[in-house]
Amino acid sequence: MNWQLVPQKFIDGTLQGGVLALIAIGIVLIYRSSEIFNFAQGHMLMVGAYLTWMFAEVTRNFTDNKTVILIVAISLAVISAVALGFLIERFALRPMTGQPLLSIILMTLGLSQLFEGIIALGFGVEPLQNFPSVYSSADSWIREIPARADGTPIVFLNQLVVPKARFLAFVIALASCLALILYFRYTDTGLSMRATSENHELARSVGIRVPRVFGLSWAIAGIIATLGGILLASISGVSTSLALVALAAFPAILLGGLESFAGAMLGGVIIGLSQALVQASAVPVVRNSFDIAPYILLLVVLVFIPEGLFGEKRIERI
Amino acid sequence: MAALRPAGDYDESYIRDMSFLRRPWMNWFTWGVVLIVLLLPFLEIWGLISSANPSYARYTWWMNILNRIAYTIVALQGLNILTGLTGQISLGQAAFMLVGGYISALAMTYWGLPIILTIPLAAVGTGAIGLLFGLPSLRVKGFYLAMATLAAQFIIPWLSRNLWKDYLGGTNGSIVAPVPTIFGYEFSGSTNMFIISFITLVITSVLFNNMIRTKLGRAFVSVRDNDLAAELLGVNLFSYKLKAFYLAAAFAGIAGALRAHTERGIGTEFNYTLDISVLFLGMLVIGGMGTNLGPFLGAIFVILLDEGAIILGETIAHAFPDQAGALQTSFRPIVFGVTLIIFLIFEPRGLAHRWYLFKAAWRLRPFAR
Repeated sequence: MNWQLVPQKFIDGTLQGGVLALIAIGIVLIYRSSEIFNFAQGHMLMVGAYLTWMFAEVTRNFTDNKTVILIVAISLAVISAVALGFLIERFALRPMTGQPLLSIILMTLGLSQLFEGIIALGFGVEPLQNFPSVYSSADSWIREIPARADGTPIVFLNQLVVPKARFLAFVIALASCLALILYFRYTDTGLSMRATSENHELARSVGIRVPRVFGLSWAIAGIIATLGGILLASISGVSTSLALVALAAFPAILLGGLESFAGAMLGGVIIGLSQALVQASAVPVVRNSFDIAPYILLLVVLVFIPEGLFGEKRIERI
Repeated sequence: MAALRPAGDYDESYIRDMSFLRRPWMNWFTWGVVLIVLLLPFLEIWGLISSANPSYARYTWWMNILNRIAYTIVALQGLNILTGLTGQISLGQAAFMLVGGYISALAMTYWGLPIILTIPLAAVGTGAIGLLFGLPSLRVKGFYLAMATLAAQFIIPWLSRNLWKDYLGGTNGSIVAPVPTIFGYEFSGSTNMFIISFITLVITSVLFNNMIRTKLGRAFVSVRDNDLAAELLGVNLFSYKLKAFYLAAAFAGIAGALRAHTERGIGTEFNYTLDISVLFLGMLVIGGMGTNLGPFLGAIFVILLDEGAIILGETIAHAFPDQAGALQTSFRPIVFGVTLIIFLIFEPRGLAHRWYLFKAAWRLRPFAR
């Protein structure tokens, strides 16, 4: 281990984990209301980022004010994400009600292929420039750590860097996580979502409009995906690889437990940390393993704690 | 199946009752088709078609497609054992193909083994790797298992890029797979490789179609339909799930070896990504999961559709040259995605089910629609 890298990597990992957690929360949300594993969340996120970019480009024709561009682009993107969520639910997943798990997983995978193609058709395959963002990726808080009087450093490193864009992403992820926990616990619609998840027929018999609950949860998931897309794109730019980044959210969910928002948050941070901390290793092979560290962790979790840290223990032991 | 036979169609001997191709004409027809398809590459080998011929380009294009269809069907048969029969979702079939390709290419390069030996070796070796990633299936199922195989899909290509760089190609992401030679004849290019692929396909099809009817296949189906009931009937879940994983990975290994020797190289450069695994699952659903015909119909339908999408994309790209790149790459995922979604909604049991319905309607004519 290069110990002097560890504190910095710790910060990087936690902040990266925040974004993963936001993606994970979107997947958990859909799972909690309709028991669907949404493999298309990453592609919804990508679509959200591209839509934001498109609306920003359109708005640039009318105004030069950066704040206005940002606000208009994000609000339009969020509105279209809501529409997209409703559309997906209505035309792709409602016909699948009652189908086996594999069909539903394949439906979301098919949707992700469709999104990939549509984005490539509409925007090309090259990464796009000029993404509207609050902070540029170089914009960061830097904390210099002074050396002792005799010149030896107090700790191993001499500065800590906190990129503002990543910090903002982390804060937004944390805020949406809290908001969703409160939403599911204290509001009527949140309660009806939980009830629907438990049992469709019983939920319907107490007067919950089940299709509307599904549509609503997909719409919220669309909003979360778009937020995640905007945050990720403001860090690493708009490209089709955004969707692949989001796949690392699945290990986060399994680690946290499928039903739990707090678990998804913690899982995301742990996954982010694992990705960052292996990069502090002295061994080159381990250093390169940052893109598979989540999946190794995933296998460990599956074998030893399949229900995750906060999940309900209703997995069938077979 | 006996209940579905029309009146008057009965068996006179136990051998006939047990045989897969139950009537003489089925036997003649199947082996006739096999022979005719097998003769296709010999058109070039015997000099009936050469590069001077105007239709040579079209001929090689078709041989290329046929070869791709052949090894894809082998991979799909493996996936069909695991997902279609045993009901375990696998998102890692492409990664197992990668393993098989590596084993075959390395064995041929360093040990000088002929392809007749490297393909079984690839099957056995890949099966062992598949077993490793099947181990979580002992404790989890459904979505959780899909995640375990997703992990395989990411970990295996990573290992090939980062371990034993001298042998596995390292960061280049590929090594050369030698041209297979049998009795001094070099099987170079898709046309020649099609002979090997097709013979392999015939062998795996015989194995697969008979396996379904044995104790092994019936145990797989019982695990899929109800694992608790299967265990009560004396089916050892652990052992049968691992067997399904082993067989699926072994078939993928065979397919990977065939693909590696066709493309003359193996590695992450050659597109063994998650998209390919998803494509395989999609093909299986479109073809019909858990059926004999599913892998055949799915692979033929989706690959022809895929090629159609490429041609469509290029045609439109000619009309709009400034958008060429976007048009060429975007049509394949759109066409595949839309097809998969339409099949999942309107025909979840796939083309095979449609075919059975068609056959039943034909037999019952004029009493059924």
